[in-house]
Amino acid sequence: MIVQRPKLTWWERTYLPQILAGLWLTLKHIPRRKFTRQYPEEKPLLYGDYRGAPVLVKDADGRVKCVSCQLCEFVCPPKAIRITPGFRPENRFDANVEKEPKDFVIDMLRCIYCGMCEEVCPEEAIFLKNDFAITGYKREELQFHKEKLLELGGVHDDKIWKWKNK
Amino acid sequence: MADTVKLTIDGQEVVAPKGMNLIEAAKLVGIEVPHYCYHPKLSIAGNCRMCLVDVGLPKLGADRKPEIGPDGKPVIVFGPKLSIGCNTPVAEGMVVYTRNEKVTKAREGVMEFLLINHPLDCPICDQAGECRLQEFSVDYGKGQSRFVEEKVHKPKRTPLGPKITLDDERCILCSRCIRFMKEIAGQDCLGFVNRGSYSTLTCYPGNEPNTNYDLNIVDICPVGALTSNDFRFQQRVWFLKETKSICPNCATGCNTVLWSREGIVYRQTPRQNDAVNQCWMCDYGRLNYKFINDPRRLTTPWVKSAAVGERLSLTWPEAIHQVTDRLRDAKGIAVIGSARATTEELFLLKKLATASATVVPHTGEADNFLLHADRTPNMAGARLVGFSDGRPSGEFTALVVLGEEAIPSDVLAKLELLMVIDLLPTKATEAAHYVLPGVTFAEKRGTFINAKGRIQRLNPAIPPVGHAWPDWQILAALLKELGAGNYASIEDVFADMARTLPALAELNLSKITDLGIDLSHRFTQMNTDSSVDICVASVAKKP
Amino acid sequence: MIEFIVISFIKIAAVIGVMLTIVAYTVMLERWVCAWMQDRIGPNRVGPFGFLQPLADGVKLILKEDVLPHHVHKVLYTIGPTLVLMPALINIGVIPWGSNLPVFGRYIKGVIADLDIGILFIFAFAALSVYGIVLAGWASNSKYPFLGGIRSSAQMISYEVCLGLSVVPVFMQVGALNLSKVVEYQAAHSWLVLCQPVSFFIFLVSAFAETNRTPFDLPEAEQELVGGYNTEYSSMKFGMFFMGEYAAMFVMSALMVTLFFGGWSLPFAPFNAPATSLPVGLAHIGIFLAKVVALLFFYVWVRWTIPRFRYDQLMALGWKVFIPLTIVNIVFVGAVLALVVK
Repeated sequence: MIVQRPKLTWWERTYLPQILAGLWLTLKHIPRRKFTRQYPEEKPLLYGDYRGAPVLVKDADGRVKCVSCQLCEFVCPPKAIRITPGFRPENRFDANVEKEPKDFVIDMLRCIYCGMCEEVCPEEAIFLKNDFAITGYKREELQFHKEKLLELGGVHDDKIWKWKNK
Repeated sequence: MADTVKLTIDGQEVVAPKGMNLIEAAKLVGIEVPHYCYHPKLSIAGNCRMCLVDVGLPKLGADRKPEIGPDGKPVIVFGPKLSIGCNTPVAEGMVVYTRNEKVTKAREGVMEFLLINHPLDCPICDQAGECRLQEFSVDYGKGQSRFVEEKVHKPKRTPLGPKITLDDERCILCSRCIRFMKEIAGQDCLGFVNRGSYSTLTCYPGNEPNTNYDLNIVDICPVGALTSNDFRFQQRVWFLKETKSICPNCATGCNTVLWSREGIVYRQTPRQNDAVNQCWMCDYGRLNYKFINDPRRLTTPWVKSAAVGERLSLTWPEAIHQVTDRLRDAKGIAVIGSARATTEELFLLKKLATASATVVPHTGEADNFLLHADRTPNMAGARLVGFSDGRPSGEFTALVVLGEEAIPSDVLAKLELLMVIDLLPTKATEAAHYVLPGVTFAEKRGTFINAKGRIQRLNPAIPPVGHAWPDWQILAALLKELGAGNYASIEDVFADMARTLPALAELNLSKITDLGIDLSHRFTQMNTDSSVDICVASVAKKP
Repeated sequence: MIEFIVISFIKIAAVIGVMLTIVAYTVMLERWVCAWMQDRIGPNRVGPFGFLQPLADGVKLILKEDVLPHHVHKVLYTIGPTLVLMPALINIGVIPWGSNLPVFGRYIKGVIADLDIGILFIFAFAALSVYGIVLAGWASNSKYPFLGGIRSSAQMISYEVCLGLSVVPVFMQVGALNLSKVVEYQAAHSWLVLCQPVSFFIFLVSAFAETNRTPFDLPEAEQELVGGYNTEYSSMKFGMFFMGEYAAMFVMSALMVTLFFGGWSLPFAPFNAPATSLPVGLAHIGIFLAKVVALLFFYVWVRWTIPRFRYDQLMALGWKVFIPLTIVNIVFVGAVLALVVK
């Protein structure tokens, strides 16, 4: 397709009409309503599927839902997750789950919030919650370990109770 | 009559030896027939029904000759039902379909039944990733269950002897473990009790598997019912890198696979080599790999400084330089080699020696299957390059020790220089003036020659721990500094061996395949029964 | 004599103080106006309504690490920023801020140095500021500053010609080069912007080019040249470039007010004649500054409206349009003055 270059009049070729129109446009915006969100005071409205920091959850009975199957570690594109698998003690109420993470580290400096860990998790134990402002003074502070992740996650009562009657 | 028969599998013509079953015959043309209970080294049970195939035979006329149809080809009559591939021998003119609709439907049915009572606890199951049930579920599974009733519950995480944990819910009752224990391990201890959905694998209390081959049933279990306590919950198999290796724990030289991730070896499993170990290995060898990632491993060269009265870490160039200086000053060098070292390393060590080159035997009790009385993997190699038994002898003031710790105290007393290459702190490294850290079999290349004269190849599974160097590299560096040889790579070392040792003539590392090469015909005198006297006294002339 | 020195020093201190404050708040204005035009709020965190933002910026710039890259020409690299800021500070000395201030019976002139060749002085020193930029670009010994320096040398020299030629008709009409005289002429007659629109237009556009402002900010051109001549600068050295740019804007605005918008005057009494009382004198200064601020707003307004010119367009505009136009304008004005007015 050949687009014909529009034929400009002499007046248009001075660019002045466009410059003046532009100046008028920007001037009109000065009194308009502002869209700035005053961030620390005004939080953004997050919806349910927002992908913030990944956390681990417990079920209604207090079992750590994660069984350290390491699928999230496998699927994690930036390799931010590192799991040390371990046993559940034989004398604990949740011994029938057999396996739990001895440690579960998410490197929040590497996490890209893609949500693939949540998607792949067969136990629905990891969720991307709403926290997005994750800061720290040292790298170690941003290595979220199992305790911290569980504390952030809290209880997720999904009414499935997979391990209750297993 | 010929010893082979011609048949057609999925339209491909196959020539198979008589008596071969259809699973193996299909394998010849690269067709995989799914199966659970069949194992090539075990008797055939035929109870999993997964290997069902559609088998047709030529219709025979009254004259016992195949009837010819209107298209000029023999008329094939298919059976009304499917046959199990594992127990159907090949026959002349047979026509087999392994993937037609009938077969697929049958397998889908089998899979659905197998999964009815399966707990589907793949997230906590160690077999996940190498599970035949998972694999065939992808191929023939429905993706969802029609089973709404309560599943049958069976014992979970039952100890089955000290080495194995049994999960009966995951068991698909293939009976491979029962047959292995009975036929190979020689302890008839496992069996099924109860009937139907309640059938349970178990053993009589007090008669748990306790042979030296128990862990092979973990390998052959197609699902996660039998798990090894050693590997249980250690690492998911999909993270592990497989490296073909050789078990260094006895002179049999079982072919193995090392499973490692990020510099840590997590398990060792047997690799099929029908000339050496078939599909098996002993638990003694299998579990003896922990020294690879032992936290006490030596990681830097050191010198015992008389002035400081303690150990002084050295860089490698410093260490090599100082050791060679001391070796040059010595009046004679004796070496003590280890038959746990590779042939290449022993060859280089021998070059260092001006006095005796001795090797220390390590023996144990042999069984009549895989475990050899000689508990070193390379005594034949040591003999081949010229090491002998006995005490260090001749005139020497320096002693170089490779991976051994027993040094006679009178020898120790007269030494001016003791240099030790080893993995872990030992009595020898305590006494040594210089210690240079070597690496394990999992970190280096090289060859072992087993008791039967088979040369087999090691591959590095993980990088050397710390600043350790492969032993051959240390020895090559010493020889280069002494001006006694210039080996840039292990290929150079092997090439020199092939030049000087007729038994290895015209070989190189890449010619030694993953299964090794049998050199026994090159040795005139082989005594495979006796434990330590695997002498390689003289070498036959090449034909 | 001593009285002259003391008064001059007081005037210098006052002028520089006021000017630098306005410069600082021009930066503020820039950020506010650009935010408003983009439907944002703009800086509002430091102090009430963000009024202390320039102070925070200044503190930040001073406290930042002063990096002296190892590959630069140390001496030239260091004096570059001062050479940019200095001409603007000198030039403001010859621009009349007010008519005069009657204090204690004395008439204090509203200009530090009432030179008879005021405009020539200004052009001479304005031309110096290109040195700072070229030196900075060259001494940085780095490709982006170098390209920025080259662009600025060509651009500023080209537009200086237009700038110089465009004001000739003004002085032809006024008949003097003294800037106070120009203002007094306008106070008595009419603003020259009405008599000399072509001159004003060319001067205005050239002033944008002369101060490296969008749409003619090619020497900086963040998108192409990272930061142009100031890429390698940090801390207060960068701050001086920044202040230099805004100070030059201030001087150019003040000059335009003086030449075309009647300086301190308004076209009605008592603001159309030199002050005879203190309040009127102060009001004159206020009027002058108000006009300057209005022009500074225009500078900002243009920056956030019009995109950058291409380099060839810039050169074509200067050499092929403006210079012929100014010459025609000079001849035309001369003809009118000779034939009609006389």
